[in-house]
Amino acid sequence: MSMSETLGEGIGARVRRKEDARHLRGRGQFVGDYHMPGLREVAFLRSPVAHARVVSKRKTPEHAADTFFCEDLTGVSPIVTRSSIPGYKHSSYPILAMDKVRFVGEPVAMCIAKTRAIAEDLTEQVEVEYEELPVIDSCATGRRKDAAVLIHEEWGDNLFLETRFDSGVDEVIAKAPVSIEIDVACSRQAMHPMEGKGVLAWWDYRAGQLVVHPSTQVPHLIRAGLSEVMGIPQAIIRVVAPDVGGGFGYKCLLQPEEVAIAWLAYTFKTPFRWTEDRREHLVAGANARQHEYKLKAYADETGKLLALDAEVAVDTGAYSVWPFTACLEAAQAGGNLPGPYQLPAYRCSVFSVATNKPPFAPYRGVARPGVCFAIEQVIDALAKAVGREAWEVRRDNLVRSDQMPYTNITKKHYDSGDYPEALIAAKNMIGFEHFRLGPKRDERGRFLGIGFASFTEQSAHGTKVFAAWGLPLVPGFDQAHVKLTPDGALEVKVGIHTIGQGLETTLAQIAHEQTGVPFKDIRVVLGDTANTPFSTGAYASRGIVMSGGAVSRTADVVAARIKAIAAHLLQTDTESVRFAGGRIFSGSASVSYADVGCAWYMRPDQLPDLVDTGGLEAIEAYKPQVDSGVFSYATHAARVAVDPETGLVEILDYVVVEDCGKMVNPMIVEGQTCGGAAQGIGTALFEESPYDSNGQPLASTLLDYILPGPAELPKFRIDHRETLSPYSAHGIKGVGEGGAIAPPAAVINAINDALSPLDATVRVSPASPERIRRAIREARQAGSSEAVKAAE
Amino acid sequence: MKPAAFDLRHAASVSDAVEILAESDGEGKVLAGGQSLGPMLNLRLARPRLLVDIKRAAGFRELAADGKVFSIGAGWTHAEIEDGIVEDPTQGLLRFVAHGIAYRAVRNRGTMGGSLAHADPAADWVSTLAALGATIVAQGAAKQARRYAAETFVQGAFMTKLTENEVIVAIEIPRLSTTARWAYHKINRKTGEFANALGVAILDQKTGLSRVLAGATDGPPLILPRTSGRLYEAGPEAACRLIADELAEILPNSDIDGLELHAVAVRRALMQVSKEQG
Repeated sequence: MSMSETLGEGIGARVRRKEDARHLRGRGQFVGDYHMPGLREVAFLRSPVAHARVVSKRKTPEHAADTFFCEDLTGVSPIVTRSSIPGYKHSSYPILAMDKVRFVGEPVAMCIAKTRAIAEDLTEQVEVEYEELPVIDSCATGRRKDAAVLIHEEWGDNLFLETRFDSGVDEVIAKAPVSIEIDVACSRQAMHPMEGKGVLAWWDYRAGQLVVHPSTQVPHLIRAGLSEVMGIPQAIIRVVAPDVGGGFGYKCLLQPEEVAIAWLAYTFKTPFRWTEDRREHLVAGANARQHEYKLKAYADETGKLLALDAEVAVDTGAYSVWPFTACLEAAQAGGNLPGPYQLPAYRCSVFSVATNKPPFAPYRGVARPGVCFAIEQVIDALAKAVGREAWEVRRDNLVRSDQMPYTNITKKHYDSGDYPEALIAAKNMIGFEHFRLGPKRDERGRFLGIGFASFTEQSAHGTKVFAAWGLPLVPGFDQAHVKLTPDGALEVKVGIHTIGQGLETTLAQIAHEQTGVPFKDIRVVLGDTANTPFSTGAYASRGIVMSGGAVSRTADVVAARIKAIAAHLLQTDTESVRFAGGRIFSGSASVSYADVGCAWYMRPDQLPDLVDTGGLEAIEAYKPQVDSGVFSYATHAARVAVDPETGLVEILDYVVVEDCGKMVNPMIVEGQTCGGAAQGIGTALFEESPYDSNGQPLASTLLDYILPGPAELPKFRIDHRETLSPYSAHGIKGVGEGGAIAPPAAVINAINDALSPLDATVRVSPASPERIRRAIREARQAGSSEAVKAAE
Repeated sequence: MKPAAFDLRHAASVSDAVEILAESDGEGKVLAGGQSLGPMLNLRLARPRLLVDIKRAAGFRELAADGKVFSIGAGWTHAEIEDGIVEDPTQGLLRFVAHGIAYRAVRNRGTMGGSLAHADPAADWVSTLAALGATIVAQGAAKQARRYAAETFVQGAFMTKLTENEVIVAIEIPRLSTTARWAYHKINRKTGEFANALGVAILDQKTGLSRVLAGATDGPPLILPRTSGRLYEAGPEAACRLIADELAEILPNSDIDGLELHAVAVRRALMQVSKEQG
């Protein structure tokens, strides 16, 4: 558990990011930055209604050549995501609507023009007649057995999937001395990467290839997906991901717009671009987070969990996203709900409900912000029921370090760590004991509270895990290509992509660690299917574990060959050669990397006859020994002030004690944690995409959809632990998602702690001022009706 | 999210702007700072055929003063008021309010006149100028400028008394005396967002001015006459006791949550006035 920050440029060093030089100067190259002769912009006409039959469509004759309906897209099939899970019903997601529309914002027609404004003008001239159908606006309506409304007629109901898990709970429940029952819900959200989605495609006559530049996290998967949907071989598709301004899961998806743009470029052999605007993102982009929980928990007199009986519903939207299916969220929700706790008995039913809303997508943390919010409220409710502090009950239930590795009731294999220690550290950092002795309200009359949330972050979950979730594309080995150039620099090529998480820097640090080539001389190339080996891509907090591991292994192979050639040049044996200070030494004699490169590429006459013919480049593949995922973990604690009259919440202090194994670059880990926690605070207090009963989105601009800004965010105080994973290269664990998981739970537990003198409780995220005021009003009314009863 | 096609003309002066507008057959729209109109254009909620840019037109940045009234040209920006480049005749109220409008980038371009003409009920100047009893001066085709009382200028959400082809030229603001007290309390979810509720309280014992206002309702800003009177006669604490009832009378169809929030904003403004007096 030692913390080993290192100086230098290798693993553990706080190296400044290579990518910042261009980004800070505004010289990044995003989809919107491309200029290309003849480039035409594309606008989509989108459905104004949530559920309707398309009765007729009409183009204006003068713009018929610039307007496209589904019938025009020859050779293109709908996006279908199959799952191997029995009972799963797949959807058929058309690129442009066919006989029906199923959510507001669904693309119906596409128009092309010299500018986006003109393309938008053209969409206004397209006439579409709809015959409206009744709308499935919620999980409740979607789950009705007598559903007269079917979003996908051939299904017979509106459920993508219904799954059950039962370890046998009835006996425990009958005997349990303590029980609580709560309903918890998370509102629908959009993901809001700073850069929206976008794609540009053109035809490369020289290579005979369709070149596609999507703002994506998964270039190699997009190539596979385009090939499948367009019905053309992968060999004639090259995907080159440009700079990507944040992904968060949204940019893992193959979307109709991307297929449409690729089809245009393939068909007309000229460049086309679509740039998602903020309104399209809000009403038609991937939605996330909307879960509903019915929870019954059973415990002994101290609050130690005996059983959990849960029902979870995910408001999955009209279509499945590709490639994650409509049920990854539900599978994670059911599987991860037990959290970091020792849970002896568990029963859970999970419903993935189709609704007339945009497709639901896994967003940073996937289901875990929801399950963390749910289970952490259970812990706090149990603590209240047994009259103890929430942190004590939490500590007593957490998996202990002496139990590691620990396989929990849903077969999650927690590899390493000390969960209770992180909780205690967070409690101390936030000043809990001192706080409890102090006043319950501040000088402005605001109520004060502290809340905790502990969680695990399964990262780099591998082959078996994804196969069990039924996904059509299962990640396996990640590969890296490492090459020493003739002038002694190092090229690292990986098929994953950097989306803001700093892989150009951290992968270079790993390559430096293994080869000794100076950090400044290492160049990392990502995200181009033409010159990088296959990677499933940047998601599931897998990049630094998987690509990092692949770079480590491959760089090791190249390092051995560098040493062999250096040893020959130094007239010594390989064992006595070492890397130091950017050179290669034997005793006090040394050669440079350029000397080695030169010998192999330019002066092979200097080499012996029996030289390693692999040369100075290699491709190797990697996955951890145990690939069920390496588990990072953390406890977040928040101290808040709640204004009971306005319902406004101020976060006074926020601490994170986290452990992601070996940190390759602590500065980047902290950046990931702060960024994730900022998004988590959005989930906790601000962000919400409400829909009315007609399936109309009520937040279609950033006036109605509130994102937290700098003034709403606390200064995050972060403390690290470093328990190396026994399974991964260098003991690294993933950390991309964790920051976003705990804030809804920590902040709302703190709000409920603050409101405890009023007996008011909020169980829905975000804890908006309206929800807080309503909770207080209802508690007041309940209190007065109790008083009336007592008087009677 | 790109605007529909429009023509753009730059007016050279107030009369030029009025003339261009008059020629547009009701399809012209004045563009000042563009901070509200810009997004409306992009969302295609506003679709004027013609935009009349008055940013560089002469006559919108005049300042005139006497002992009782300070007249500020409609084209001054929130930032210029915030920074004190324009005199503040209200003992700091204008500067305080300007500082709380949206974000600095918006304040750098948005103008007082533009905000009034747009008439978002949650906008700061709509409530502030109504509470101050300001007068809005507008120029149309007629020779004589028209004068509107700020407290009845906004008639509903995004609706004002401005007639077709009229442009706001200046705002006449009555001076507050040096002993006047004011308080402005805005409740909003995040820094820079529009208000969910606004309370304004102004008490100038010397001139006999006492005005309490609830703003950011769904409609025009609401002067609370009974509460205002009680503030003058019996002080803030006594006035506070009237707020809830008076709001309920004026807004009979509001839900309880909305009423309570408006009452909180007004009460906090009153208590602030009380504190400063103490």
